Amino acid sequence: MDFNFTEEQGMVRDGLSRLVREQYDWETRRKAIASGAGWRPEVWAQLAELGILGMPFSEADGGFGGGAVDAMVIMEEFGKGLVIEPFVPTVVCAGGFLKHGGTAAQKEEHIGGIVSGERVFAFAYAEPKGRYDYADLETTAKKDGSAYVLNGHKAVVFGAPWASHLIVTARTGGERRDRSGVSVFVVAKDTAGITTRDYVTVDGRRASEVYFENVSIPAEALIGAEGEGLALIELVTDEAIAATCAEACGAMKVAHAMTVEYSRQRKQFGVPIGSFQVLQHRMVDMYTAYETAVSLTYLATLRLGSDEVERKKAVSAAKVGVGQAARLIGQEAVQIHGGNGVTDEYAIGHYFKRLTIFDSEFGNVDHHLKRHVALS
Amino acid sequence: MNLEFTPEEQAFREEVRSFIAENYPKHLADFGMREDMSREDFLAWHKILGRKGWSVPAWPVEYGGTGWTPTQRYIWSEENARASTVMPLPFGVSMVGPVIYTFGNAEQKARHLPGIVSGEVWWCQGYSEPGAGSDLASLKTTAVRDGDHYVINGQKTWTTLAQHADWGFFLCRTDPTAKAQEGISFILVDMKSPGVEVKPIKLLDGGYEVNETWLTDVRVPVENLVGQENKGWTYAKFLLAHERSGIAGVARSKRGIEKLREIAANETLEGAPLIKDFDFAKKVSQLEIDLAALEITELRTLAGEQAGKGPGPESSILKIKGTEIQQRLTELTLEAVGTYSAPYMGGVSNDNSNEHPVGPDYAAHAAATYFNMRKTSIYGGSNEIQRNIITKMILGL
Repeated sequence: MDFNFTEEQGMVRDGLSRLVREQYDWETRRKAIASGAGWRPEVWAQLAELGILGMPFSEADGGFGGGAVDAMVIMEEFGKGLVIEPFVPTVVCAGGFLKHGGTAAQKEEHIGGIVSGERVFAFAYAEPKGRYDYADLETTAKKDGSAYVLNGHKAVVFGAPWASHLIVTARTGGERRDRSGVSVFVVAKDTAGITTRDYVTVDGRRASEVYFENVSIPAEALIGAEGEGLALIELVTDEAIAATCAEACGAMKVAHAMTVEYSRQRKQFGVPIGSFQVLQHRMVDMYTAYETAVSLTYLATLRLGSDEVERKKAVSAAKVGVGQAARLIGQEAVQIHGGNGVTDEYAIGHYFKRLTIFDSEFGNVDHHLKRHVALS
Repeated sequence: MNLEFTPEEQAFREEVRSFIAENYPKHLADFGMREDMSREDFLAWHKILGRKGWSVPAWPVEYGGTGWTPTQRYIWSEENARASTVMPLPFGVSMVGPVIYTFGNAEQKARHLPGIVSGEVWWCQGYSEPGAGSDLASLKTTAVRDGDHYVINGQKTWTTLAQHADWGFFLCRTDPTAKAQEGISFILVDMKSPGVEVKPIKLLDGGYEVNETWLTDVRVPVENLVGQENKGWTYAKFLLAHERSGIAGVARSKRGIEKLREIAANETLEGAPLIKDFDFAKKVSQLEIDLAALEITELRTLAGEQAGKGPGPESSILKIKGTEIQQRLTELTLEAVGTYSAPYMGGVSNDNSNEHPVGPDYAAHAAATYFNMRKTSIYGGSNEIQRNIITKMILGL
């Protein structure tokens, strides 16, 4: 057993921590969110330069040979600064599909661009009526000679306005919600027949509704075997959940620290409000929730390579525990900040918003409790 | 004991229900309360009720009240919630109005009450300050006597919808040497007076519903003092108890649960309506049970009022439970809309801003409402302060 980070992981964390501290200050972040682009491509380029975007890829694929723990370290730092750039969709999701299911040609075609920062991906899996079931698909990909024709509507595709490419899930066979018949494709976003409706999300990111109308894509766009994509989707989204949990842990850590600090500074009745036992104990409960959330995130991250049942149980456990902690910490942090907590000006409200939307990504608390029950 | 309404009360319900159906402005139907409404829309129903004589039901009849029993008033608020009407704002009707008719002089009553009844005059509340929130009595805004005027200086905050206000009621320190609660006065300020400046505060849901209000050498005639100088704290406490009793929002939450059930019937989980999912349905039922408990508790309080007891410290229970239920309702609504909780409808879009929301209509404001409603356990005396009140006044600790 060993819960220590390697020297290299420590260096990655320190480097990222410095980048976030020096270049991701609150005003700059706010301006980037309000800008037309909605993000900072120059930050993305810096992440490429630091080797962050290539971290989880093997050296043979042109990366730096890191693993899930490296992704966890990176995401925790992103969470601390509420970084909005699309690391999860591009590196964890698209990168994951390519690593685990891509052909040599697909890896060759895409991984270099991800590592260098030139290629940005979004993962189009959610649908208006699918809730959190990856197999509940109305989007179809019909075989047409050697090509496929895509039709459908994908909902709330995070990072899509910035993306050059999309990973798309679609049904190539079977009935809606069947486990078989689900396939995964990689397509350029500028392919004829793809239209988007772009918008800001409540936590300051960007997303799109993506519409496919008779989009013709070549057979080489298929990732993995036709109709057998669900297991691959579950693996990659489990990796994305572990990464997103680490991001939430970073955000919770800062939200808790800000709250404790505020309770030291804010005086009412002639004393700091942090001297009231009723608030002290609630901040202790927040802290306990944070520490146990970190433990579950470690568990999920370290079990990503285990057999399927163990992996899924650990990941669902983390999504449940971190989801519950995120709600508690977000709400209590705002409450203890009083009126200031509900203003746009104070950073705490933005941590609260990010921690709120976390629950709806890749399945909420109820969804993962059910998955855990089903596997137990 | 009996929970049934009398035939007379049933008939009353029919009467107000048809009045609402026939008179409520169509363009505001099922609209609820939205901070971005125009002044006219905020006041539309208030003015109609003013003409009907129903805008201030709880007031004494001589000042415009309806003479309804507490049960009738309860039915009235239930029927308004059922129709999701935009009710008269509380600042005039439930806050400053009762202070003026209870503690004000004849001249003040004649001057200010009719405008509240008719909905012509918009009031705002100048209580909190940046350094005086839960510890309201530590407020620093001063009113210094200068001939037949007070000169007011200071900064108030969280002044709700002050951007529309004609008048404000302010707590100011008139005796800087007295103990915290004892040197405070309750003063009415014309918001158009020179030196009054209202600056919007953006909230985390993106809306502008509260403000900072700066007062710089604002000259206010002494006749705007309500009651006695330095006795303002008594009136402020009286007002806060009134504010709390309306804050439970039982009828609105009932309607909210109905809407939540409608949303959960529309959303699907594994091909079936979400409301058929036991885990989700259980949470909705739990909320309904909590609301039933609150409703009967409020009715018991109302019955006490009917028997002549004023709102006492038990109104703190209504505030705590009422706001917890309102917040839980927004939490479950957010859970129900799932993926579509993320799009921000006030934001940048590559479409025209007046286009149809992303996702179903009912999802458009789910996150914003959830964020916004966090304020309810903070305002009106935070829920921590309500617990302190119960500790002290009821438990005697």
